[in-house]
Amino acid sequence: MTVETQQFTLAELMICAAAEAFRNDGENLATGIGVLPRLAASLAKQTFNPDLMMTDSEAYMLAQPNPLGKRDGAFVQANESWMGFARIFDNVWSGKRHAMIGPTQIDRFGQTNISAIGNDYQQPKIQMLGVRGLPGNSISHANSFFVPNHNKKVFVEGECDVVCSIGYNPERLPKGYSFDDIDIRLVITNLCVMDWNGPNKQLRVISLHPGVTFEQVQENTSFALCKIADLGETAHPTAEQLAIIRQFDPHNQRAMQIKGNPDGLAASVQG
Amino acid sequence: MNKLMSIADVVANLTDGMTIGIGGWGPRRKPMALIRAILNSDVKDLTIVAYGGADVGMLCAAGKVKKVIFAFVSLDFIPLEPFFRQARQSGSIEVMEVDEGMLLHGLRAASWGCPFIPTAVGLGTDVLTHNPDIQVINSPYDDKEWVAMPAIKLDVALVHVNSADQHGVCQINAPDCFMDEWFVRAADKAFVSTENLVDSDHFYQAEQANRVHWERNHTTGVVHIPGGAHPTSCQPEYGFDVEHFKAYSRAAKEGGFSGYAEQFINNQDEQAYQSAVGGLAYIQSLALPVY
Repeated sequence: MTVETQQFTLAELMICAAAEAFRNDGENLATGIGVLPRLAASLAKQTFNPDLMMTDSEAYMLAQPNPLGKRDGAFVQANESWMGFARIFDNVWSGKRHAMIGPTQIDRFGQTNISAIGNDYQQPKIQMLGVRGLPGNSISHANSFFVPNHNKKVFVEGECDVVCSIGYNPERLPKGYSFDDIDIRLVITNLCVMDWNGPNKQLRVISLHPGVTFEQVQENTSFALCKIADLGETAHPTAEQLAIIRQFDPHNQRAMQIKGNPDGLAASVQG
Repeated sequence: MNKLMSIADVVANLTDGMTIGIGGWGPRRKPMALIRAILNSDVKDLTIVAYGGADVGMLCAAGKVKKVIFAFVSLDFIPLEPFFRQARQSGSIEVMEVDEGMLLHGLRAASWGCPFIPTAVGLGTDVLTHNPDIQVINSPYDDKEWVAMPAIKLDVALVHVNSADQHGVCQINAPDCFMDEWFVRAADKAFVSTENLVDSDHFYQAEQANRVHWERNHTTGVVHIPGGAHPTSCQPEYGFDVEHFKAYSRAAKEGGFSGYAEQFINNQDEQAYQSAVGGLAYIQSLALPVY
């Protein structure tokens, strides 16, 4: 039985939930893009999956994850090997990787968008990053998504404005491919945790954060969701997990990631 | 062969309508002094190929660009390049938007003289629907279809390195050379700006020679410009200029590119530019980024 010994924030709850995505990855490269996904991968490596591989977000593989932000002069990062930008693709395309990113749009097929918003591709309403490496990631290895603000603008009706990553869309399935060739894992949001294991790869709620209802999640999603039979609450962080998160985020950057840095037990009352 | 030349010599090699590949990555090790020289030239209608940052943004803002071949345009810590955004949102440029790795494949295909390289990357995405000229082909070996990523042949590559000798042996001391070697190999002519000009015996030591990523027969010209990557970084010598980039981004909202260009680029040579941003010693003192 879990004994509540500490308070935790919603960001910390989400980090711990996101770490679960990497639990069974074994010796794969875990890439968490952004503060909270990176902390999630670091936490997974430091606890239940020490075989995980990580990079320094630049050119080296790390034996130990780097803490976020400025480090003191005595800090020596634990390089494991060199892995330059071109070589990252060699690893990515081999399939032994699991990336977690925060897309601007996600549709009911698990397709995502970080490129541009608007109906006219030649003149988008809002230009964003570009497709970056999403096309290659999505067809090569496992992918999970992190959504700090679960709403209908993220979980869109119809398809994403620019489909940057392949998903479970039968209309777009390439010749010779099946859904088994595509591996989309968890979606961690500020309201819940979901996977794509509903009927016909439908998005499915598998746990609700404290105080959140399934109806609330559905109201903030533009397409129909399903849920597991015994829908329970997302596991609370343990004292050990919170200590490790603090170790890897000494400047508390996690507090800046979710608007207002709400308490973890009050997810439902946030604006 | 002595390949040393001036910035003006590089610009003299550029003509309207060229396809120009630019090395570096986002806000890192961009040949910005050469970009500023292009901005001050009459060259126009360019197709730019890049892992883009302010290089792409500035060229778009100055009306030099017909088309951008890209996977992203970003300043990293400022995720969205402000002037590239404006160019896209005004519909003023054509684009070929591909995956980061597809771009690498395109450069490799051009380097190797192949018309294309097959890949699964891009399948099922709008990379194919928005680039109908990128063909999908059947494999002779399995039942799956493959993307035939076409060669991206460059007329010119522009890159910035840490050290070079007069023969065009170039060294990158940063942790990563990014895709610079492939830009250089994919181009008919490659012009390199360098922080340091070294004697050839510098490379006699294996640890120095190990940091040479392409052969000198792919280097056309070498320009010695210490600080020439500013405001982007040139590790391990200096980081990117955070304050300068913030001001650059603000300019996109307040007055547009012309105000920025008037202050830092128009009718100025590199010496005047460096004075305007605080001097070479200031550039060389910029802290390295922590990721």
